[in-house]
Amino acid sequence: MSQISLSARRVAAMCLRHLYILKGSWPRVLEMAYWPAVNMVVWGFTSQFFATNSTWVAKAAGVLIGAVILWDVMFRGNLGVALSFLEEMWSRNLGHLSVSPLRPAELVTSMICMSLIRTVIGVLPAALLAIPLYHYSIFSLGLPLIAFWFNLMVSGWAIGLGVSALVLRFGLGAESLAWVLIFAIAPLAGIYYPIATLPGWLQPVAWALPPAHVFEGMRSLMFGHGFRPDLLASAMALNAVYLALGVAVFLRVWQGARVRGALLNVGE
Amino acid sequence: MTSPALTAIEVQSVSKHFGSVLAVDDISFSVAAGSTTALLGGNGAGKTTTLSMLLGLLVPSSGAITVLGEDMIRHRYRVLPRLNFSSPYVDLPHRLTVRQNLTVYGHLYGVPHLKARIADLADELELGEFLDRAAGKLSAGQKTRVALAKALLNQPELLLLDEPTASLDPDTADWVRGYFQAYRDRVGATIVLASHNMTEVERMCDHVLIMKQGRIVDQGSPPALIERFGRATMEEVFLDIARDRQRIVPLPAGEGARRAGEGELAPLELAADNSPSPRPSPSGRGSVRP
Repeated sequence: MSQISLSARRVAAMCLRHLYILKGSWPRVLEMAYWPAVNMVVWGFTSQFFATNSTWVAKAAGVLIGAVILWDVMFRGNLGVALSFLEEMWSRNLGHLSVSPLRPAELVTSMICMSLIRTVIGVLPAALLAIPLYHYSIFSLGLPLIAFWFNLMVSGWAIGLGVSALVLRFGLGAESLAWVLIFAIAPLAGIYYPIATLPGWLQPVAWALPPAHVFEGMRSLMFGHGFRPDLLASAMALNAVYLALGVAVFLRVWQGARVRGALLNVGE
Repeated sequence: MTSPALTAIEVQSVSKHFGSVLAVDDISFSVAAGSTTALLGGNGAGKTTTLSMLLGLLVPSSGAITVLGEDMIRHRYRVLPRLNFSSPYVDLPHRLTVRQNLTVYGHLYGVPHLKARIADLADELELGEFLDRAAGKLSAGQKTRVALAKALLNQPELLLLDEPTASLDPDTADWVRGYFQAYRDRVGATIVLASHNMTEVERMCDHVLIMKQGRIVDQGSPPALIERFGRATMEEVFLDIARDRQRIVPLPAGEGARRAGEGELAPLELAADNSPSPRPSPSGRGSVRP
């Protein structure tokens, strides 16, 4: 029981540790908002072009902008978790943390909390910028936006925990996975096109991924077909499985690191 | 062996394998509460591995470790708030200031009245002038003092120190040793340190565990080891063991003295090294008194 009980104080302490870094470095905060904004601007112009040349896009102005903003939610969700862990490895701090009363589950919880904060800092400015630039507000999605946002973040957390486990297992040589692994999912997630576009044999693989359900749900709403609770339910169920898997893999690798002696001398 | 109430650490038949490599080979020892004990040995002797297992940072392949009355393998989280650790090879986050680092760790350890505690430590350890400087921008001596502050934040009952004065100038190293001694005397804490510095060991430690190739090959207080080996310093004792030189052991009173294979000498006898020490049991077991 002591292994799974969580202390809010210790989780908050770890969040404080990362907030101190953000507080002390405005370039980091700027960088977090920079790429989502650039991405949104590029896809905004693309969207404007397609709106006059594609009947599909014309039917739902903003579908591409909405997609790119929500994709960034997932990407930042992943990066927020992975970067919080990488910070500990870069600073060779895992040894101190491992002999402190901080439990691995509390470390995971703090990484998830920081991901939430980083994602809001990163994506919110882009979402707000789209309003004056392209007259598109993702907030017009209403309450379903919260469900989409939450589900995509959870997917990002699951991937981020998997990446963190890989880095802990194989060392900092694997750190680039934090940025690239998630893109393996992008073609199957149906971010910019319906899942039906994929070859028949690939579609079941796509439907096994939570973001495919979220982006289909988003398109359904934007094309006037209404909110699809079935897609939301399947996304949530899949996310529960993937997040549980991500946490389990991370904790397993952490325990393995204690057996291999990898916690003391890990670092750059 | 000391009684459980007076024993800070009890290690029973602990071994650690890394694949086919046997890093620690069936060691047993106990450390009395309030004592300072050194783990000595050359590179690769198993000191850091042993220290890591005492911290619960590394899981033994076999054996049992009890720290402050708790099973370290099964219930380490009951013990961790009561101990702390310092090593020159494990850093604090470079980008955080000293104060921020201490604040984060203070919260992790649940230190009451944290601001006052940090102020006290800053005063005692003379951190004031760089308390708001990034930890990564400090000199080696300043970093050591900060690591010391972090290690003492929770006023630990047990301090585990890996080479506490490595890369420090003699003046700073001397100051650090003095501080640890004062802390132990004031709080009644137990200190276990791994060190290559024999002067440090002679000055600070009540007891020494000498490791070689993963085993405890000898142990005793520094004066007792020096006398038994017929040497002037712990450094010479260390070199005797490290270089597989023959070892001098006292003969029973009145039996004179001889050096094995060389005839009569002084009232001492040389014995082949790697043989069990006369004091510990064949398993290398022994107890440590403050």
